[in-house]
Amino acid sequence: MAAPQVVPIEETRLEADEVPETDRPWVTVVWNDPVNLMSYVTWVLQKLFGFSKEKAERLMLDVHHKGKAIVSSGPREKMEYDASRLQAYGLWATVDKS
Amino acid sequence: MFVRNGTVCVARFGPAEAAVLNEVMLEVITLLSEGFDRTDPVITRLFPDMYRNDASASEELRRYLEDDLRSAKLEQAALLLDVLPVEGGEVALDEEQAEAWLRALTDVRLTLGSRLGIDDDDVDVEEELDEAILKDPTSARVGQLSVYQYLTYLQESLVGALMG
Repeated sequence: MAAPQVVPIEETRLEADEVPETDRPWVTVVWNDPVNLMSYVTWVLQKLFGFSKEKAERLMLDVHHKGKAIVSSGPREKMEYDASRLQAYGLWATVDKS
Repeated sequence: MFVRNGTVCVARFGPAEAAVLNEVMLEVITLLSEGFDRTDPVITRLFPDMYRNDASASEELRRYLEDDLRSAKLEQAALLLDVLPVEGGEVALDEEQAEAWLRALTDVRLTLGSRLGIDDDDVDVEEELDEAILKDPTSARVGQLSVYQYLTYLQESLVGALMG
């Protein structure tokens, strides 16, 4: 399975009025919750997205410290698929426009 | 607690530990089956809205996804109970089983965490437990917090054992 690439947040943040709404890519967001273990979240991100340990840990720390992190971006249906897999692992994942 | 032994993750459960894990897992199964209540905060946490600001899109998606998600959760809970010796004893999990156990333990901890009001990173379970013991060492809350803490250590050890 090809690992979806996560585009850095800075590059995905398009100006809302420059791009037609239908063209704006979607993102999968993982939100912080006080129950899930940091080690577990790291493992889930590695397992589901094929991230390196370093990348998974960086995203996990973003979730922990900033309250959320974007873990994938792309077409809406793909994001719904990603979020549903994360939810199956008990992570609090949602889909949003970037 | 789990340790790695070759290709498997191994742990020994005392009779009390096995009984506790069995009991909380059965509670989760009840919540996911005949006790299923969409308005229960536990269910809201186990099946979060897919869109934070779009209730109707979330609802529409829920219709497609919820049954599968619920079946998967029931399946992993059943697998855990299937492997766990009721009277206690040794458990040896291959990778696939270990992953199912991790997901099942997550569901149990999310359920207990929600019931216990662990809804913020600032909630210190250790402190909560000390406080509850001072108030009434025989209270249900002391028991539940102890179980929650035990499950936290258990899950942490399994992640560690699995990742090597």
